[in-house]
Amino acid sequence: MSQPSDRILTDAMIAEIRDYFPRYPTRQAVTLPALHVVNRYLRHVPRRAVVEIAELLELAPAQVEDTLTFYAFFPQERPHGKTRAWVCRSISCHLRGAEELMDHLCRQAKVQPGGTTSDGRLTLEHAECLGACEHAPCVLAGDQLLKTVTADDADRFLRSLR
Amino acid sequence: MGEYEPVLLANVGVAGSHTRAVYESRGGYEGLRRALCDMSPADVTERVKASGLRGRGGAGFPTGLKWTFLDKKATPVYFCLNADESEPGTFNNRILMEEDPHQVLEGLILSCYATGARTAYYYMRYEYPLAWERTRAAIDECYAAGLLGSNLLGTGYALDVVLHRGAAAYICGEETGLIESLEGKRAWPRIKPPFPAIEGAFRKPTVVNNVETVSCVRQIIDRGVDWFRSLGVPPDPKNPRDAGSFGPKLYCLSGHVERPGCYEGPLGLTVRELIDRFGGGVWKGRRGKAAIPGGISMGLLREDEFDCPLDFNGPGRYGCLGLGTAAVVVMDETVSIVDVLHNSCRFFAHESCGQCTPCREGTAWAYKILQRIRAGHGRLLDIELLRGIGDTIGIMPGTTICGLADGAAWPIKNAIAKFRDEIETHIKTTNPGHYGATRPVPERHSAH
Ligand SMILES: Cc1cc2nc3c(=O)[nH]c(=O)nc-3n(C[C@H](O)[C@H](O)[C@H](O)COP(=O)(O)O)c2cc1C
Ligand code: SF4
Repeated sequence: MSQPSDRILTDAMIAEIRDYFPRYPTRQAVTLPALHVVNRYLRHVPRRAVVEIAELLELAPAQVEDTLTFYAFFPQERPHGKTRAWVCRSISCHLRGAEELMDHLCRQAKVQPGGTTSDGRLTLEHAECLGACEHAPCVLAGDQLLKTVTADDADRFLRSLR
Repeated sequence: MGEYEPVLLANVGVAGSHTRAVYESRGGYEGLRRALCDMSPADVTERVKASGLRGRGGAGFPTGLKWTFLDKKATPVYFCLNADESEPGTFNNRILMEEDPHQVLEGLILSCYATGARTAYYYMRYEYPLAWERTRAAIDECYAAGLLGSNLLGTGYALDVVLHRGAAAYICGEETGLIESLEGKRAWPRIKPPFPAIEGAFRKPTVVNNVETVSCVRQIIDRGVDWFRSLGVPPDPKNPRDAGSFGPKLYCLSGHVERPGCYEGPLGLTVRELIDRFGGGVWKGRRGKAAIPGGISMGLLREDEFDCPLDFNGPGRYGCLGLGTAAVVVMDETVSIVDVLHNSCRFFAHESCGQCTPCREGTAWAYKILQRIRAGHGRLLDIELLRGIGDTIGIMPGTTICGLADGAAWPIKNAIAKFRDEIETHIKTTNPGHYGATRPVPERHSAH
């Protein structure tokens, strides 16, 4: 392991990752759980963290990187915003105004889909079906599901961000 | 259909339904307690087999039969609970996991007991934070109550359930994609055979079942085989290979209806019954135009086909791919089929795992063509191009490893077969003067 001072993974993260080891017959199976742990703390998984995860899991860094990049879920270059909001664009939400909702959110928050606001409060992204079609159009903002979102709801959501 | 009393959704709406206390106060875990004492694993499998239960995750494979394919001599056996639910329009697994996580766990424990699994991986998609929290809490409650762990209810049977979180990729719902993802690799589906029952997770015999399927297992153990077979549609006598469509089903209804939601009924309700009786009709007093019968992969029904019954054979008789997840998405008369197809093609182009060239290139190409048509640059020739793609990608034409490509092809095929006039009219009116153009695309030579 590298020196604690220039490590990216904190002791807390490493302990959380190690907790997963007994649950799987291989170390490689801990790849996704480890990526989730790091992403929860850092809001991205920089390459240095990939190398450190690989060391922990006794894998080549390329194996971890391979899995990471498959999912398009873990940002690598810079952290996502404090809140990551996913606007569903699949068919049920599309039929009930998802496109207009995304346009509205982009205008009000002054970002493009996939972008992060300049104050770092919000990353706004498209999502495929969020599995909440009875509440279309819907947005998953962090752990919070926003249901049947109107323009007013969207404005209220943006004001609530900190 | 007479009055139908929901069983799978019986606890939904009851205060505290996600807790063990409320679940047990309503009869929860009684079936499991009885089964662990009085029934052998083979008895449970036999009962599930006799019920005729078929998988609710999309493919409709007989559940008990799948369990008997396990290599009995090999150990360990793994059970993977497929809670990746990502088929557009589908949300019944979410309702079960949020509102009644213990029912899912009871079904899972029964299924593991039957198959001899001692570790279950519960693979849940990332986008279900409430289901995740409630399932996590429910698992903790089970360990505390001796319903999970090294000695279930003192019977000596040991079972661990490991919650595993996905990372927003549709392909992880395909059972071998799920297994690869669980193993920490990219979720590239495997070539079958070998099927997971022979070589699955960590190269061990593995059963993969859907959340609603194991919930049905719990109901079968509670209420019996006869009850289960009294619901739904018996096998078609003219088709010796038909296993019938028995039992209750959770129908997801969304899109242009007055009351979207998850509704329970016996298998075999028609799309029209769902819309009119449960959904309060097409919204805003409008007419329906089309519907997706079972998640977007299953294709499209026209309004005059809404009497299609939602059983394992129904949608196929109307040219659709199958029952899928029985998630019905309704479109009213104002909807443009070009727009719907654009949405569908975008989804599959985005979600193709990229492993098979016909799927990766075909879905991307179809999406580009739809972008062109939607933007008013379509040519009549494009319809033939799309048809060519639709006819050549998938397991059925034998060009791909998994069924994602068949699901991508079906909306294209159905749209052209059922709404060709509308697509042609769209092309002609949005691209007047050029729609017939067959100007050759400049050839590009690629180097090896
Ligand atoms: C592209 C694709 C996506 C799938 N997604 C899911 C899914 O999200 N959930 C699910 O249970 N089955 C899904 N399936 C079906 C699974 O491969 C498998 O048949 C199912 O999990 C078996 O469980 P069952 O027999 O209980 O239905 C998918 C299949 C394909 C081809
Ligand atoms: S058919 Fe498509 S999604 Fe399935 S394995 Fe091949 S490329 Fe991947």
